[in-house]
Amino acid sequence: MSSRIPIVPENTEPLPRLRENEGMLSWVASVDHKQIGIMYLICCMVFFLIGGLEALLIRIQLAQPEFGFLSPEVYNQMFTMHGTTMIFFVVMPFLIGVGVYLVPLMIGARDMAFPRLNALSFWLFVFGGILIYYSFLTQSGAPDVGWFAYSPLSEKPFSLNKGPTYWALGLLATGIGSVASGLNNVVTILTMRTPGMTMRRLPLFVWMILVTSFLLIFVIPIITSAFAMMLLDRLLGATFFTPAHGGSAILWQHFFWGFGHPEVYILILPAFGIISEVIPVFSRKPIYGYEFVAGSTVAIGLLSLGVWVHHMFAVGLGDVTNLYFSFASMLIAIPTGVKVLNWVATMWGGKIIFATPMLFATAFIIEFVIGGLTGVAIASVPIDWVVTDSYFIVAHFHYALFGGSLFAIFAGVYYWFPKFTGRMMSETLGKWHFWLTVIGFNLTFFIQHFLGMMGMPRRTYTYHDFPYWGSMNLISTIGAIVLAVSVLVFVWNILQSLKRGEKAGGNPWNAWTLEWATTSPPAVHNFDLVPPVRGRRPLWDLAHPDMPDEPDAKVV
Amino acid sequence: MANNLMLVKFFIASESIFFIMLILAYVNFHGSVTDGPTAKSSLNPYVTGIFSLFLLASSFTVWLAGKNLRNKNHRMMKFWILATILLGATFIFGQGLEWAGLIDKNITISRNVFGTTFFTLTGFHGFHVCVGLLMLTLLLGLAMFGDFKGPRSDAVECVSLYWHFVDGVWIVVFSVIYLWAFL
Repeated sequence: MSSRIPIVPENTEPLPRLRENEGMLSWVASVDHKQIGIMYLICCMVFFLIGGLEALLIRIQLAQPEFGFLSPEVYNQMFTMHGTTMIFFVVMPFLIGVGVYLVPLMIGARDMAFPRLNALSFWLFVFGGILIYYSFLTQSGAPDVGWFAYSPLSEKPFSLNKGPTYWALGLLATGIGSVASGLNNVVTILTMRTPGMTMRRLPLFVWMILVTSFLLIFVIPIITSAFAMMLLDRLLGATFFTPAHGGSAILWQHFFWGFGHPEVYILILPAFGIISEVIPVFSRKPIYGYEFVAGSTVAIGLLSLGVWVHHMFAVGLGDVTNLYFSFASMLIAIPTGVKVLNWVATMWGGKIIFATPMLFATAFIIEFVIGGLTGVAIASVPIDWVVTDSYFIVAHFHYALFGGSLFAIFAGVYYWFPKFTGRMMSETLGKWHFWLTVIGFNLTFFIQHFLGMMGMPRRTYTYHDFPYWGSMNLISTIGAIVLAVSVLVFVWNILQSLKRGEKAGGNPWNAWTLEWATTSPPAVHNFDLVPPVRGRRPLWDLAHPDMPDEPDAKVV
Repeated sequence: MANNLMLVKFFIASESIFFIMLILAYVNFHGSVTDGPTAKSSLNPYVTGIFSLFLLASSFTVWLAGKNLRNKNHRMMKFWILATILLGATFIFGQGLEWAGLIDKNITISRNVFGTTFFTLTGFHGFHVCVGLLMLTLLLGLAMFGDFKGPRSDAVECVSLYWHFVDGVWIVVFSVIYLWAFL
């Protein structure tokens, strides 16, 4: 068999690469996808701590009625920067970063198709983040118009400060970086697969990154053009979004949500990918219904392009429009439900090992289903009219994005940390982190459903002492503090494990995808030899030649 | 398909969305101008039409450059790249004249929604033409130093694809701004 093992296709041109161990410079100048991936993760971690701190300040301000912990101006900056940071500088780049690290390894390639473009994407993301946070140091302060910067509030007459300008400029830079990394991923996945790695054998994580990358390519330009228009409005006196001068505030909403809704799936599809990798490994079973998991991803990607108006039901665009978008939005529940069914069916009858990644993956299913169900509820126009812009919405999207994306990110970090660093993370601290997160998260956000139904508006600076509002908000704030503690445990775990974690070896979880076929951390050239790919689980086929997944498959 | 060509094709798809959004913004405000200049009252379709012919012709010359590359005719390839640059530059010159004339009449980006959408759309297109000119100049310079002997070059093919795209966008932009107002 050994003579038939295909060797990794060599790049024709060697890349300019600094020798190893040249300190910081070898990182800054790196075009290696693994180093860039790690830098993504570190930067996201920093932004995660900052965004989390902002969330904590928001919750402290809301801990009791008529509280004056923050000034109203600072409060506005906090919720704007919290949303912007978590979406554009934590979840999205984290998922892109994990993709950049893992995609070449999972498809048996040596690097991305365009390593320098990859580095450019990363640095655009970093500088975009620095630009946005630099606004705190300016006289006028940070952006304070909400993470979707509705016009005309974000326009000159209502926001003379420079915050929204920094906001648009920073996100413009980051967005261009995201398009570049989407392009890079698509070309890498379509052209650089090792022999035998057909599209039907791609790991599901790679499938989801592929669909996400297509979304990035086609959806980010929508917001890029809107940012350009907003900047022209603010800097050159154009009148796109100022109704007083003939512009249209609704146009901004169409453009923003035309991007903003698919963005939700950019944030969740790679998370689905992580879950689809973790659950089979820790259930010791192949994924149930591979084709359906991959196919439903494509369906979600396509459907996501036609539902943006469900963010705008309260605008009053007419019954026919609302009806169509309500229907289209509810349709997305079908492919999403297919995925949940497949994950649960994979666990069904498996020998489940509740290591920390699996704990987070299991919790992901539960929390995400809650977020999904409230999502279907508010896709219904009358319900949306009642709860729109209330804490019900806050609760809904935190269940989807925290209970969804972030839980998957935690699962992914615990799962791939041994591959990234060569060391295992502490299971004890991991379980502390997990339980504190689950308790803190549900304590913080579940009660917000009720607050919302009782009429508490989102982005509110403070509130009167209505019956139960004070106590319910206090519970939510206590939950947020528990969450903060859990994040500290997480950071402590990472730092401890980096120093004295157990050595991992090549394949500590007995997983089946190609990234586990090399050393941990992988060598600069990724693989000495890529094992033959004759099925969806190449390492299983290698270890069990007597019962391969696809018995008839031939080596290319 | 070569990696580079695939990248450029997807990049062009992405840029198309960007232009579609700018065009949608123009279309959205078309006819909603209540006072001040409109496309009909301030633009000259004949002059711009003539300058547009230069841009359309440049798509043909860049195709000829590619054809000569495949035939390994290095000298003619350089000639046709140069011709493309000159034709593209003439178009940009024409756009400069048009803009200067409008600004003279105090028709600017901040005057009303026609000014806003007109200058944004034609401005971003002109910017893309300039980027294309920059890349063509790079190609010409490299060709002077002996690159692109043929029969294939990803660089030439990618720039040529991008140039065709910029031309195609202008056909749509010209139709939406000028033909819609004057036909």
